[in-house]
Amino acid sequence: MAKVVVVTSGKGGVGKTTSTAALGAALAQSGERVAIVDFDVGLRNLDLIMGAERRVVFDMINVIQGEAKLTQALIRDKRLENLMLLPASQTRDKDALTSEGVAKVIAELREKFDWVLCDSPAGIERGASLAMHHADIAIVVTNPEVSSVRDSDRIIGMLDSKTERAERGQQVEKHLLLTRYDPARAERGDMLKVEDVLEILSIPLLGIIPESQEVLRASNVGSPVTLNNPVSAPARAYTDAVRRLRGETVPMTVPTDKVGLMARLLGRRAA
Amino acid sequence: MAFVLAPETPLHAWLAALDVQMQRSPGFFEARPVVVDFAALNPADAGIPTLLNDLEARGLTVVDVENAGDLPCADPWKRRLVGGRDGGDVIPAPAASPAVPPQPTPEDSALLLDRPVRSGQSILFLKGDVTVVGAVSSAAEVLAGGSIHIYGALRGRAIAGAVGHRQARIFCQRFEAELVSIDGYYRTADDFDPALIGRPVEIRLADETLRFTLLG
Repeated sequence: MAKVVVVTSGKGGVGKTTSTAALGAALAQSGERVAIVDFDVGLRNLDLIMGAERRVVFDMINVIQGEAKLTQALIRDKRLENLMLLPASQTRDKDALTSEGVAKVIAELREKFDWVLCDSPAGIERGASLAMHHADIAIVVTNPEVSSVRDSDRIIGMLDSKTERAERGQQVEKHLLLTRYDPARAERGDMLKVEDVLEILSIPLLGIIPESQEVLRASNVGSPVTLNNPVSAPARAYTDAVRRLRGETVPMTVPTDKVGLMARLLGRRAA
Repeated sequence: MAFVLAPETPLHAWLAALDVQMQRSPGFFEARPVVVDFAALNPADAGIPTLLNDLEARGLTVVDVENAGDLPCADPWKRRLVGGRDGGDVIPAPAASPAVPPQPTPEDSALLLDRPVRSGQSILFLKGDVTVVGAVSSAAEVLAGGSIHIYGALRGRAIAGAVGHRQARIFCQRFEAELVSIDGYYRTADDFDPALIGRPVEIRLADETLRFTLLG
């Protein structure tokens, strides 16, 4: 039976889609059967980040409306055969998502996979609440700045009250993924520190992803950062996060890219 | 709950002020019964004969009038409670066993929350005190009829004594509030003494001023 994970944040642009792709790929690399599901109907991006945009034939709305089978809509990743993408529809809006339809799709995915990662749209409206509704685990993606932290706090409140688990009197397991973290700027006080964010949100930390050019570079070539450059700092941070998600104890560090003086002098131009 | 409206002379000015108020808070009178008190009106005011019709034209539900004397215009509105029926004669209750007043249970007079109040959540408890074991986040609010006790950081709003209880107090372990209020007297973050921020604080109302005291 699969674990259903929602990757959510409230605020847009903090790295939900990037994180969904990177975590999904890292989970698949560790041998798990993984489905990543784009809930951002009307503004889909996950297909681009995964480099699958030209292979989309059917989408989740087609499945919900009975126009296609789930197996027809799932796109198998070219690099990892145990990684599948269920794209969102770009031509429809969130009203096309029905709660019965989503429940049916998630139930079917639960039988076929070990992990189902749902990439939530920003906001707290229909799309976001349906994405979180069936979740067993929530990964709350937060940037170290006040507006992102407050929006995450709001989302945690919704996870505790609006989800299927909350309605049954159970808890959604919640994890904080701190993205775009720059230790130097945090030290200078330009950015909230890890302890400050943890103090406000009071949920366990899953990982700290450093701010890095590698993330943008991977997005541009349509590849999750964990596949595009597995030794880069953000890729190592995501891989550690996945190990923690699977129950391993991994010491919490902020990986950095070691750049030598020569590489710094010569590499700038190439980068 | 019914509102009592007490119109004042001159009526045209009072109605204009009412219009401004209703524009500012639309829906304020929605589905609320209204009782009109004529006590403050000069019986010679030219607006009296049409007053009640004027109010109904604004969407108010007038259910009764008070102190209207024998003004003929008020007659149709007297004791006009919506859906009311004649209750018949009052039959004295049989001499039952001495009435035991219901004992208030602790749950009725206090609310205890064992989790943080997250941003966007609003806790409304007008019957008594609210205790929060955890933080009250930025842009969250707790409204209590009695006092508010926060075992954690207060980063949002705490509104105590919300139904007119001057003795209510606010306690928090870590004071980083956006707004605090007791019995309608409020202060926002700009007014707080910086020395209090991040410290355990008690807030009470004394002589129409909020008094902040550092605890421990």
